[in-house]
Amino acid sequence: MEMPSSNNSIINDKDRLIGLFNRILSTDSVISDPYETKAYECDGLTAYKCSPLAVLLPRTTEEVSEILKICHEEKVPVIPRGAGTSLSGGALPTSDSVILGTSRLNNILDLDVENRMVRVQTGVTNLSVTEAVESEGFFYAPDPSSQLVCTIAGNIAMNSGGAHCLKYGVTTNNLLGVKIVLMDGSVMELGGEYLDSGGLDLLGVVCGSEGQLGIVTEAVLKIIPKPEGARPILLGFDSNVIAGNCVSDIIGEGILPVAIEFMDRLCIRACEDFVGAGYPDVEALLIVEVEGSAKEIDEQLDRIKVIASRHNPVAMKESKSDQESKLIWLGRKSAFGAMGRINDYMCLDGTIPVSRLPDVLEGISSLSENYGLAVANVFHAGDGNLHPLILFNANQEGELEKCESLGADILNLCVELGGCLSGEHGVGVEKRDLMTNQFSRQDLEIQMRVKDVFDPDWLLNPAKVFPLEISMERRLN
Amino acid sequence: MRPANESELSDLIAGRISPVISCGGGTRPIGLTSIGERLYLGNLNRITQYEPGALTLVAEAGTTLKTIFEILNEKGQMLPFEPIDYRGLLGCRGEPTIGGMVATNSSGPRRVKVGACRDYVIGLRFVDGEGNIIKSGGRVMKNVTGYDLTKLLTGSFGTLGIITEVALKVLPAPTHAAVLLIEGLPEKLALEVLNRSLNSPFEVSGAAHLCSGLDGYPVTMIRLEGFQSSVMYRAEELSKYLEDTVTITVETDPERTRGGWEYIRDVGPFQNRKGDVWKIITKPNEALSLVKGLRESIEIEVFYDWAGSLIWALVHKGTNLRDYLQSLNGHATLIRASDGNKSNLQVFHQQSIMELELKKRLKHKFDPRNILNQGMIL
Repeated sequence: MEMPSSNNSIINDKDRLIGLFNRILSTDSVISDPYETKAYECDGLTAYKCSPLAVLLPRTTEEVSEILKICHEEKVPVIPRGAGTSLSGGALPTSDSVILGTSRLNNILDLDVENRMVRVQTGVTNLSVTEAVESEGFFYAPDPSSQLVCTIAGNIAMNSGGAHCLKYGVTTNNLLGVKIVLMDGSVMELGGEYLDSGGLDLLGVVCGSEGQLGIVTEAVLKIIPKPEGARPILLGFDSNVIAGNCVSDIIGEGILPVAIEFMDRLCIRACEDFVGAGYPDVEALLIVEVEGSAKEIDEQLDRIKVIASRHNPVAMKESKSDQESKLIWLGRKSAFGAMGRINDYMCLDGTIPVSRLPDVLEGISSLSENYGLAVANVFHAGDGNLHPLILFNANQEGELEKCESLGADILNLCVELGGCLSGEHGVGVEKRDLMTNQFSRQDLEIQMRVKDVFDPDWLLNPAKVFPLEISMERRLN
Repeated sequence: MRPANESELSDLIAGRISPVISCGGGTRPIGLTSIGERLYLGNLNRITQYEPGALTLVAEAGTTLKTIFEILNEKGQMLPFEPIDYRGLLGCRGEPTIGGMVATNSSGPRRVKVGACRDYVIGLRFVDGEGNIIKSGGRVMKNVTGYDLTKLLTGSFGTLGIITEVALKVLPAPTHAAVLLIEGLPEKLALEVLNRSLNSPFEVSGAAHLCSGLDGYPVTMIRLEGFQSSVMYRAEELSKYLEDTVTITVETDPERTRGGWEYIRDVGPFQNRKGDVWKIITKPNEALSLVKGLRESIEIEVFYDWAGSLIWALVHKGTNLRDYLQSLNGHATLIRASDGNKSNLQVFHQQSIMELELKKRLKHKFDPRNILNQGMIL
């Protein structure tokens, strides 16, 4: 993976630029000591690292606007960053860039339970939104595994999903409005405390634009009444392919669980060792969760058991208590961490039509054999969002490259089967160079024209999403 | 002009210098009347792919909704957002198409629970103003690969590109529905009841109030859908939850419940009535004071959907409703009026100058020669 060469005139001008930032921000909001900026050299994609020129941590929309005015004037690239949990390198800096972090924009501004919405500054964590409305019987639906630390700003930039978006949708489906600062420092509201803004859906294109169109400082989020109850069932199968078939059947028969999660043996064992979630020792495991009253839950689980029985399950275990349910989900949400304890891995995020699950699982398994690298599977099966984890040894020379090559092959397989490169982690730098496999030059050209409108000088997160050679002319102008 | 397929359409646009107006079934004439030659998409009418087990449907833009509903019905599935059928209100014939539905982001009563049309469009293909064929999104539920141009094109009224194919997420259709009916409530109490219901865990999928129902009395309607036993359970629980305030009857007859919500969806109360029709969208708990304010100033009839977030209003022809909505937290769209009144009053709500400027620049990037549905929304 390449990054553009840095602009030395910016690096040589560091002291003067820091002086400009110090004039508008309090001293604790400007980090420029190389020992301290090192903490920001990468995000969740740790394979690539580079310290930024400086890190700026504004507390208000006005400060964000002032920072962007300076960077616009001085032509300094800006890398937006939430909590730095991106798995695609969305917050990876270059040495001539400043990181603009949202972590101190962390106030909940308005809890409007009556109208089913909240307004927050975007540095608040995903989970804190739910925590703020929980006592009123509500929750915020998107639930990425990193929800304890990841910020709403990052969620909006990457249009984050989570296990429960099968029923409730991803960030874009739960976002009513934003306050956004454009690269020239101008501030605007898109959408607001109501549904469906008329005319062109700018809010829709801002969400998921990986911090390339503007810095979102405030968001109006939809909150949803908590269901009366929810309960998962564990379904174990002898093979990945059978489990994949069972998923298609459940969905095809008119049942819409709130989540259907998949794990293979490698992951099941890692999670068991890590948190003792009570998973059966099987080749492939589905966690299927349904919601409603106790009776509604029983009925739905009965239907699911009937369908599962047609696929010769080797284990069927309903959760019997809230405690058990919590443990089951803790296991699933700790899956990446659990795998990290036993090996280096690279996490992919391809998506395929649910009906192709058996095909893709077979394909991954044969690619894995060809490369001689093990692949563990843990993913959101209900919406076809895969997370193959390729295990490799980072200390062995050439192994990372081999792993990246296998990753590219798996993602291309997803595209071939009618899917896409990324379901929820974003393109960032990780999948940037694969974009031409999914999109034509014209498809990418028109996407880049959208960036031209919001950020004509290409200063916001410029080396992400689009392959470097395609975006070169725009970035260098 | 009636291109036979996407590639013919692409050639046609590439070689064109004068404006065109893209047209599906011609059943949603909402934006300002545009100038140019009409471009009919009726030949693009294939269902490209329907996979019930993956909850996805891909169809060419000119496919009629009638055809779409037929094939979905066979498999017990639906378009969850209940697209409005405007024919009755706007007095047009023709068959609504899937492309027109997406181009106008049309959603009905269930929007309040499941989201809008734009939330179910997972991908599309379009021809931009220079004749390039572009694809965005795909046919999978979750997709963050590149910018979400699908959202931008949905609701763009054909001004950024001519949509040629759409991929939609569909859902299982509920096997049963029950409607809680409450008669005679004053508006204030009705809106409170609707919002209390939506804020309950019982998964309300419709929340409307007619100030004057078919029998002339006010009626409040709350819909529950799903498997039979679940619907009956929730109807009972929600009734208990609300009964300290109101008396409820539960309607479960499939024909009557369907008909009732179609009446709301298609703006039944204002069909065959004289006057201009406005669609006002606001914060639910601001709906009542907004309507009161309007009543003090002008002669107006309203009914509520989405628990008050959506207000349909009938006023005398030529009334500029926005004059009385200065502090509106939301937006007002002039849905039905003469061409002259639409042009005088503007169909869509005034946006900030900055937002308008951004939209104009986007339009220019997608359609540099300004030949697609010129002036329809921008």
